[in-house]
Amino acid sequence: MKPLTTEEIRAVIAKGKFYDNLFKAVGVFCLAFALLVIVALIADMVIKGSERFTLDFFFNFASRRATEAGILSAWVGSLLVMLVTAMAAVPLGVAAGLYLEEYAKRNLLTNIIEVNITNLAAVPSIVYGLLALGIFVYQFGFGQSILSAGLTLALLILPIIIVSTREAIRAIPAMIREGSMAVGATRWQTCRFHIIPYAMPGILTGVIIGLARAIGETAPIITIGALTFIAFLPPVPFSAADAGTTAGLFDWLLSPFTVMPIQIFNWTSRPDPAFEVNAAAAGFVLMVMVLSMNAVAIYLRYQMRKKIKW
Amino acid sequence: MFKKSNIVSLMAAAGVSLFSAQAAYAQVIKVDGSSTVYPITEAVAEEFQKAKKNAIKVTVGISGTGGGFKKFCRDETDISNASRPITEKEMADCKAAGVNYVEMPVAYDALTIVANPKNAFLKEVTVAEMKALWEPAAQGKVMKWNQVNPAWPDAPVKLFGAGADSGTFEYFTEAMVGKAKSSRGDYTASEDDNVLVQGVSRDVNAIGYFGYAYYAENMAKLKGVLVVNPKTGKAVEPSAANVENGTYAPLSRPIFIYVKVKSLDKPEVKEFLEFYMKHGAKLTKEVKYVPLPAAAYTGNIDHVNKKKYGTVFGGKNEIGITIEDLMKREAKM
Repeated sequence: MKPLTTEEIRAVIAKGKFYDNLFKAVGVFCLAFALLVIVALIADMVIKGSERFTLDFFFNFASRRATEAGILSAWVGSLLVMLVTAMAAVPLGVAAGLYLEEYAKRNLLTNIIEVNITNLAAVPSIVYGLLALGIFVYQFGFGQSILSAGLTLALLILPIIIVSTREAIRAIPAMIREGSMAVGATRWQTCRFHIIPYAMPGILTGVIIGLARAIGETAPIITIGALTFIAFLPPVPFSAADAGTTAGLFDWLLSPFTVMPIQIFNWTSRPDPAFEVNAAAAGFVLMVMVLSMNAVAIYLRYQMRKKIKW
Repeated sequence: MFKKSNIVSLMAAAGVSLFSAQAAYAQVIKVDGSSTVYPITEAVAEEFQKAKKNAIKVTVGISGTGGGFKKFCRDETDISNASRPITEKEMADCKAAGVNYVEMPVAYDALTIVANPKNAFLKEVTVAEMKALWEPAAQGKVMKWNQVNPAWPDAPVKLFGAGADSGTFEYFTEAMVGKAKSSRGDYTASEDDNVLVQGVSRDVNAIGYFGYAYYAENMAKLKGVLVVNPKTGKAVEPSAANVENGTYAPLSRPIFIYVKVKSLDKPEVKEFLEFYMKHGAKLTKEVKYVPLPAAAYTGNIDHVNKKKYGTVFGGKNEIGITIEDLMKREAKM
């Protein structure tokens, strides 16, 4: 083989650099496109809804008059449903993922479970709604309540949390486990002091992705019977209720409710076009709720990563 | 095994205690059903809660007339909104569950046929023309306006109509084609009437139909098409006045609420109904529906007091029933 001349080597490098830059340009274009879409959406909502960004909008109930209508019952409902969802889905999902990764033996059964969990993540949300209508609403008698909605959405995001927990655990090097066990730690101690803390940032990401999906869900919530007009809030624990009684600690769980996406949906389908302004404003609020959830997750993840010292 | 059964019983116990907790915390009037009746009931509920300073709670859901009756006949709601009379099957369901009810007409709606404001040829239509345009046999065949009426231009037909699950669809097909739910399928169907409003307002050759309130709120973007009354042969404009005097037929229809008799024992439900019937006419007008004469609202309360339960429609939907007809029938009950 004849050795390449300097010119030829330069040409090869230049060609390589050209493709390098080309790919960079394509990448930047794709990123810009995605960002542009989201910025355009947000800007559109802000401009359309700007006249409704008042305190009244956040502290008024739904109304037939667009200018008086607010999102109080919707955002309170959304937050409480998310609380129930997180309370149910996070412990279950993390424990299930931990078991599958650290305890379960590899055999046919665990393989079937694994395939099923992955498939569950792709099941349309309305199916969960129908399931929940039968089980939570009628079988368990929870009724059309915050509890039913929260548990339904918990089922919906459970696969996401399990899968992300497993991914996070798998990313921990085997030597950590081996080291821990080598100094005499039991399996549980290894999980408790090493696996869970190190996997936490990844788990947290999965939890937030799951919750962000759940907060925007409409179909399963409508199926189990969320309301459209509701002008009162769930009872605050130990507050005065009807006829001299006090509300119990968990009464709010069984209260009727509505959530943000349903409120938005209802406003967009009303005859009076003035409600479109409300829908845009509420859409922006929902967007901010999702973004701030993500922000909290990123912050927590950063704080936790700092503590990990291998 | 022992552990498992323990968990199950624990869950059951938790469920029961939660459930009884709900029973103690009550005084909620539950309303569900038609999206057409929703704006009226919502307005009443809003005013009622304001008047009662939120001491009594009212919730209103939208699950469609059929979905509403399903819950109503399962004894889950106190009041059901309905854009058509209760059907024979629903009557049987309610009977089986021991749910007795009072039927209360609360307003009139006018299904409105709309066209684009720039459309010059669509001024009035007859039932026969609408049948030729919308019947199932027209699917894929009637695609140009001059196929319906030779006086109309050789332009493509763009159809916008209600989705197959709505009471509006049921009523329109029964009134125009002659058989409920019998319609061509090649049109833009949506349960969301605003989609239809947008569609018709953007296409000169479009025609669509939906409830009067959507037309009334979007008059700048739409043109209401006059419908020839088959009895008089005169073309009648869709308007509140023409619904009241009974000339806008056959597309005028009464809309109802159904109240569970058992719920009438609760003082707050009775109070709510009295409020509904007292302020119904004013609020109906505000949300762009056609109110009934005052006698209809007092008649509804009368039926409650005289324990006149059931429906005056015998499980069938009727086309072109005027306010006058309805009043006579309610009075005879």
